[in-house]
Amino acid sequence: MDLDPVLLSRIQFAFVVSFHAIFPVFTIGLASFIAFLETCAYASGNSLYTRLSKFWIKVFAVVFGMGVVSGIVMSFQFGTNWSNFSQATANFLGPVLSYEVVTAFFLEAAFLGILLFGRDRVPAGIYLFASFMVAIGTFISSFWILSANSWMHTPAGTVMENGMHQVVSWSEAIFNPSFWYRFTHMGLASFLTGGFVVASLSAWFLLKGREVEANRRALSMCLWLLLVIAPAQLWVGDLHGLNTLKHQPTKVAAMEGNWETSSNVPLLLFAWPDQQAQTNHWEIGIPGLASLILKHDTEGVVPGVSAVPRDEQPPVGIVFWSFRVMVGLGMLMILFAIAGLLLRPGGRYWRSRWFLKGLVPMGVAPFVAVLAGWFVTEIGRAPWLVYGQMTQAEGVTPSLTGGMALFTLIGYMVVYALVFTAGLYYLGRLFESGVEDAGHDHNLDHEEVERAKRPFSAAHVPLEHEGGSV
Amino acid sequence: MEPFDLTLIWAAIIAFGVIMYVLMDGFDLGVGILFPLAPDEESRDLMMNSVAPVWDGNETWLVLGGAGLLAAFPMVYSIMLPALYLGVFLMLSGLIFRGIAFEFRFKANRSRYLWNIAFAGGSTLAAFAQGMVVGKYIEGINTANGVFVGGPLDFVTPFTLLTGVGLVAGYALLGSTWTVMKTEGATQAWARRMAKPLLLVVLAVFGIISLWTPFVDESVRERWFSNLHLIWVLPALALFFAWRIWHGITHKREGSPFVATMGLFVFTYLGLLVSKWPYVVPPEITLYDAASAWESQLFLLLGLLFVIPIVLTYTAWTYWVFRGKVRAGDGYH
Repeated sequence: MDLDPVLLSRIQFAFVVSFHAIFPVFTIGLASFIAFLETCAYASGNSLYTRLSKFWIKVFAVVFGMGVVSGIVMSFQFGTNWSNFSQATANFLGPVLSYEVVTAFFLEAAFLGILLFGRDRVPAGIYLFASFMVAIGTFISSFWILSANSWMHTPAGTVMENGMHQVVSWSEAIFNPSFWYRFTHMGLASFLTGGFVVASLSAWFLLKGREVEANRRALSMCLWLLLVIAPAQLWVGDLHGLNTLKHQPTKVAAMEGNWETSSNVPLLLFAWPDQQAQTNHWEIGIPGLASLILKHDTEGVVPGVSAVPRDEQPPVGIVFWSFRVMVGLGMLMILFAIAGLLLRPGGRYWRSRWFLKGLVPMGVAPFVAVLAGWFVTEIGRAPWLVYGQMTQAEGVTPSLTGGMALFTLIGYMVVYALVFTAGLYYLGRLFESGVEDAGHDHNLDHEEVERAKRPFSAAHVPLEHEGGSV
Repeated sequence: MEPFDLTLIWAAIIAFGVIMYVLMDGFDLGVGILFPLAPDEESRDLMMNSVAPVWDGNETWLVLGGAGLLAAFPMVYSIMLPALYLGVFLMLSGLIFRGIAFEFRFKANRSRYLWNIAFAGGSTLAAFAQGMVVGKYIEGINTANGVFVGGPLDFVTPFTLLTGVGLVAGYALLGSTWTVMKTEGATQAWARRMAKPLLLVVLAVFGIISLWTPFVDESVRERWFSNLHLIWVLPALALFFAWRIWHGITHKREGSPFVATMGLFVFTYLGLLVSKWPYVVPPEITLYDAASAWESQLFLLLGLLFVIPIVLTYTAWTYWVFRGKVRAGDGYH
């Protein structure tokens, strides 16, 4: 059997980066929520906000820790599997990715320690400040990562010399044409993730009648936030799509499942794209709507996938369906946000059991939507690694064989399965311990050493159930 | 355009980062390597507690080194990682397992023995893989036009297996002298008993490497046997520190064996750098071949000049707070 090192490296990168992405996308939103809770606590002096904050800081610590562990692997992936790409783009991507690392270290060294361990050791004002700095720090980290990623989609500010991109304008390269769209879209996605996870867990606690006052308050705050953010994301997503239409028309064509460049293109609700035949089967669509959305005119001309040669086409089926999963979940999120508003009178949003039961599984929705969105944008630019300049086949490590790539792909899957099962299991234990537990810490037989760079040590919950009842 | 030589500054930064990593993560990896040999569970608790406040800060240097390498010497990054493809995977797996084991062992009761295995196994695997990296670096890497050309198992040779064993023993030595410094009683006595045999293994491996390389590598022979007599100070100092370790263990000193082990590492490392200078990917690619654009080196340097002092201060402060002996049942507050 012929193993293709390019395909296997793509799968490996998709696997490790997808696994990594779910942690920061949550912590970015959660950090802002914690800063907001701390602000409420500081302004009102109400201990309820402090209890909520203490609980969510423990969750933050564990998720942040898993993000760091999976992030270490990322910093070596570029070199091991994509060495030609690393070498060619290092003048820009090297410093930008390093700044991401540097930001994270600075954050840990300076403020994360205060947030995790300093509540009783520093003045309240300093503590509040630290919580804001952690929230801002998570955004600065994502700023650098998304700048690097956007540059790969819409390269700017660099010229090719002797096989390497040389930076001629740092500002044009960092703030490349798709950067702000991607950054805003991702920032809102992080807020949606944080919001729905907190709402979901609060709903779960409310269904069990635990710490009703605190969890009702948390749910209420989330629902107000989601009411603004969920529709805003639809709008920003649309702007991002128009930006993509300008720079990567083939990707948009794949998202719409549109093969031939034409006017009056329908918005397809269902279709089965067939790359071989360059057409769709079983189309169900709304006439003219895709043209209207993309060109603001039902007669607008929308590009088609077949406009480029077959070897420059992305795989249409997975892009088409990932896009529908993302948008579908986004719509569902808007529905829940609106339902939350309609159920305000009489406090039905926290009394109505069907609403709470519906909210609980919605905690997973943003993660799926975020991954689907990344699938759209990353698979949709295939076969390009640096859009229009370097293909995936050109960027891959020349010495890499299919067998090596398969070996490490399986290896990472096994390692991640073991390690993150333990992590997620522990997170589950933390959720069970709940908000009421946040005030007093468990007595462990061995007192722990607490440090900023060991975020797990902030969560004082044993790994196993006590008394042996697993 | 290029008012001063940033490549040299970056070489110094990366070299500093590497030795910081080796010394600091070295002793906590060493504690992991020695874990299965510890006399009892209480000793293991003490050993783990002694490195708990600092181990993850120590690994910071690895990530900083990796990212800095991509930015300042991309060709090193894009040749070494493919050449060591499987070794890098093993090292990362080892580091992940021991890192997670660290956190969960404290929180576990019944599953604690599993986390002990993960901690010891992961530490040993990571150390061995790093030793093979060093060996491959000394041996040299096959390249053509700045790209690695060779097979996936090229990095597994008798020489790299030897350096792998050497670094495992070296880290274990660091770990044992660290344990001597940080503990008392039975644990300390056990760590003392471990130190001398480990030192002998380390010296044997270092000795074989020192005799081996000048004979297989002409440039190394020329470097050492031409008229640069001053560089013989380095191996002389390394031997002096080896003697200081032996002396300190024999006379039951507390801190001096650990300090002397660091000295042994530093001067062996400097000796290695001198052997290979100015090649960063021996036998052909020099610092200047591998460097990124001047503007890129400058852009990142500005940020690092701001952050490195903060990281160093935080590190020093952490070690200061947790100075002194670790005792059973002794929290740190």
